[in-house]
Amino acid sequence: MASLKDVKSKIGGVKKTAQITSAMNMVAASKLRGAQQKMEDFRPYTEKFNQAMSSLSANMESGQFPLMEVRDVQTVEIVIVTSDRGLCGSFNSHIFKAAAKLISQYESEGKKVSLVCVGKKGNAFFKKTGKVRKSHTDIMGSFQMFNARSIAQDVAANFLAGEADKVHVIYGKFMSVAVQRPHMEVLLPVQPEVSESEDAVTKAGAAAGDYLYEPSPTEIMDVLLPLYMNVMTYHAMLETGASEHAARMTAMDNATRACKDMIKDLTLLYNKARQAGITAELMDIVGGAEALKG
Amino acid sequence: MAEKINLEVVTPKGPIVSEEVDIVTAPGFAGEFGVLANHAPFLSTIKIGTLRYKKDGTEEELMVSGGFCEVSNNKITFLVESAERGHEIDADRALQAKERAEKRLLQAREQQAKIDRTRAEAALQRALARLRIAQRQ
Repeated sequence: MASLKDVKSKIGGVKKTAQITSAMNMVAASKLRGAQQKMEDFRPYTEKFNQAMSSLSANMESGQFPLMEVRDVQTVEIVIVTSDRGLCGSFNSHIFKAAAKLISQYESEGKKVSLVCVGKKGNAFFKKTGKVRKSHTDIMGSFQMFNARSIAQDVAANFLAGEADKVHVIYGKFMSVAVQRPHMEVLLPVQPEVSESEDAVTKAGAAAGDYLYEPSPTEIMDVLLPLYMNVMTYHAMLETGASEHAARMTAMDNATRACKDMIKDLTLLYNKARQAGITAELMDIVGGAEALKG
Repeated sequence: MAEKINLEVVTPKGPIVSEEVDIVTAPGFAGEFGVLANHAPFLSTIKIGTLRYKKDGTEEELMVSGGFCEVSNNKITFLVESAERGHEIDADRALQAKERAEKRLLQAREQQAKIDRTRAEAALQRALARLRIAQRQ
């Protein structure tokens, strides 16, 4: 049985760990609030943007824009958006798994895959595969639209140079504080969402003919398409950011609870050992007294 | 003025303006344009510059940077990368930014670094647009 002192120092250690994890939980909770706010602020922008994109592309041939060109797929690029920091449970490894599945799927079809890693964790995991073309690390802490823009521009340039025929993006989608799932989207060639709601379709159809454009629709599209890439990339980063904090919050909450359980068990052990010690001492004293009497 | 048009300015940081206004003037691709109520459907790209709107006789000014705008169903929506109201603009900062951008442009011209140049030009335009509004306030 462990000595009293050992158990006591172990309890102390676990208590300190619990302090750290519960502090991290609170930090993650407040960061999550910020990240979620950022995400919600961005939502109206994306919605309006997608509306405009689909109404504009409804009456245009997609073939004429290099960024929308659908090519025979030989090479695939996957943009993997993960967090910079660990200690957020299985959040990143779920994304790795989804990405690895996609990679092996394409490779079994004989296609070449290259990766762009956003976030330190993704880079660390995929570095040894030798597929990482570019990595953007240490930006998930506080990023702005222009961070997303530089990533999007790089990916677009690679696509236009013919180095990749199709570009996917994988990120941790924020479903709720409790649930985050890896989510995959096609980034390039750009396929504007065709909204299913009847209202939007008729609106787009009605709008198709009688819109005035300045400059011409094609020139507007030339401006809009790179912007669309930025919006998509920024969106993926926002979602991953919020998911990361939510995942960390849950993980740290679990850790704190596990610590508390451990402290309870250890305290029980400690008390038992103490009790056994006292009993043994009492026995000694009684034994000694008996011996003197005799 | 009876009829009004619904103006919305949306940026990645959220909606900035959502109001019923009388007239909107914006820096379009081919120059400044004005939009009144019941304008025909219209789509244009937006340059860095000043967005003005009038509401019940008072005029408001916003600094907008690149994006586009859509007019349909008596509603005008601006999707821009950033928008700032006149009183939010820090004139000193804008002045500093202007000087910085000018310096960088000069350097770019000497060394012919192309990427830096486009960015510096955009920064200069933004700074100038801010200054123009700040001076009118």
